[in-house]
Amino acid sequence: MKEKTVGQKWIVGVILAILGLIFILPLVWMILSSFKTESELFTIPPTVFPKHFTWDNFNKLFTSFNFAQYLKNTLIIVLFSFFGMFLNAMAAYGFAKFKFKGKNFLFFIVLATMMIPGQVTMIPVYLIMNSLGLTNTMAGIILPGLVGAFGIFLFRQFISTISTEILEAARLDGASEWFIFWHIVIPICKPILAVQGILTFIAGWNSFLWPLIMANDDKYYTLSVGLSLLKGQYASNYALQMAGSTFMVVPIIIIFMMFQKYILQGFNVSGMK
Amino acid sequence: MTKFFNKRAPYLFVSPAILLLLMFSIIPILIAFVISFTDMSLNGLADFSLIKFVGVANYVKVFQDPIFVKALGNTVFYVIIGVPLVIVCSLGLALLINFGQNKVFSFFRLVFYSPSITNVVAVAVVWAYLYNPQFGLFNYLLKLIGLQPVPWLQDPIVAKISLILLALWRAIGVNMIIFLAALQGIPKAYYEAAELDGANARQRLFHITIPMLKFATFFVSVTTLIGWIQFFEEPFVMTQGGPLDSTTSLALFIYRNGFQLSKFGYAAAGSFVLFVIIILVTLLQFRIQRKQEETEL
Repeated sequence: MKEKTVGQKWIVGVILAILGLIFILPLVWMILSSFKTESELFTIPPTVFPKHFTWDNFNKLFTSFNFAQYLKNTLIIVLFSFFGMFLNAMAAYGFAKFKFKGKNFLFFIVLATMMIPGQVTMIPVYLIMNSLGLTNTMAGIILPGLVGAFGIFLFRQFISTISTEILEAARLDGASEWFIFWHIVIPICKPILAVQGILTFIAGWNSFLWPLIMANDDKYYTLSVGLSLLKGQYASNYALQMAGSTFMVVPIIIIFMMFQKYILQGFNVSGMK
Repeated sequence: MTKFFNKRAPYLFVSPAILLLLMFSIIPILIAFVISFTDMSLNGLADFSLIKFVGVANYVKVFQDPIFVKALGNTVFYVIIGVPLVIVCSLGLALLINFGQNKVFSFFRLVFYSPSITNVVAVAVVWAYLYNPQFGLFNYLLKLIGLQPVPWLQDPIVAKISLILLALWRAIGVNMIIFLAALQGIPKAYYEAAELDGANARQRLFHITIPMLKFATFFVSVTTLIGWIQFFEEPFVMTQGGPLDSTTSLALFIYRNGFQLSKFGYAAAGSFVLFVIIILVTLLQFRIQRKQEETEL
């Protein structure tokens, strides 16, 4: 094959650089604006770098608003979704490495839930939670999203590739099924756990619609719900809004940069080729 | 004890997940179906005996509801403009990035992927600021190059396009990665053979690359389509469906009726209409895909 010329590479590189700049412009503008004073955002022409660099907007999120509580709730959700990830892995192990009655039917049910859109289930799940007295509680927010068919499916694909002989050998040595799962299967699952772990973290950190429906009380809001409220109530205080957005987006970007290798590989692990 | 556990192991492993899925996915869909034929509302929530069976009245009413019809039209608009844009843009970027295989190009991969992991509420808040007609960055940049300001979120048509732009910005990353993975799976030998036969770059693109990306394109179009039919957060945070319901999507219509107006039965009927649309569109896509494969054979 003819080598691509250096000139061609440069042209493509420059096009990508321009597009890339446009792409991250909103995020850069968000971060810059979050350090400006409220009045500076209303100057024409707008300033690029903050004239009076200030942390005030961030301070306000925690003093005038309940962002510390929102952060705590969000982290609780993240923590439990990691627990949910292990439930997914457990179910996946059951489906991948055992023969049992009703297995195909049960797995079909799991896959079928992938097809059901959230809009259809949100009303009945709300009614179920209401009759259980779980609306406006942390349990009500956490439980419905704990497990997911997609996660089970990906784990099962991966666990199916583990050799059954290793598991049989452990069984002959008298290891319990739980021991095999926890000390053999889970360690082998590291690559997929990394991918799933990051995706789980991002999903938990970003959870919005369900907490919005379940929580009537400031005390159970997540960061996303708090931020959308802030936008509703302080529509013209853009500096504050940008600080709130920066606070939500920047940690995720940092985590992503740290673990990007795993995330981008994950598309290969999940067989998306 | 251990023996008891080992015997029932598979059931014990799958049961927590299965129970949760039953409780929060399977049973709810049955409940949704039943209540879509009732006048379930806040009164019914307090006392189940007040719920009346109303037959298909909700379904009839929903199609006569001007806001529902408008939401349906808006959703069609989002899908028709949004889905092709996502496919073309993410494929285009993937081709550009695939052009060079060095550090710089993999850095670009990160840049274009980053919007898709950001929080949708946070970026909707940011874009609402960028779209501000007086103080927003976008209109300022337009003025710099001598263009008229755009009423980003104020004009019914422009507002829809503005929301699409935001969603497009977030959607490109994931799909670009899927296309990239597929591109890297195409055997180099194909290109070498084509080149020996004198095929130019354009012919190689249309006769090797794009046909070889068939599965990836199909996957991206199905998932993107389903995603856009359920378009929700962007209009919810940025415009609340306005101006004059010109950005209200079906999902927003369902949310509003269910949780702001507490018309659970009515909203459930709306959600089933949405469900049926998703199923029909997905089936249609699978059929088109199969047709294409048959004609090639």
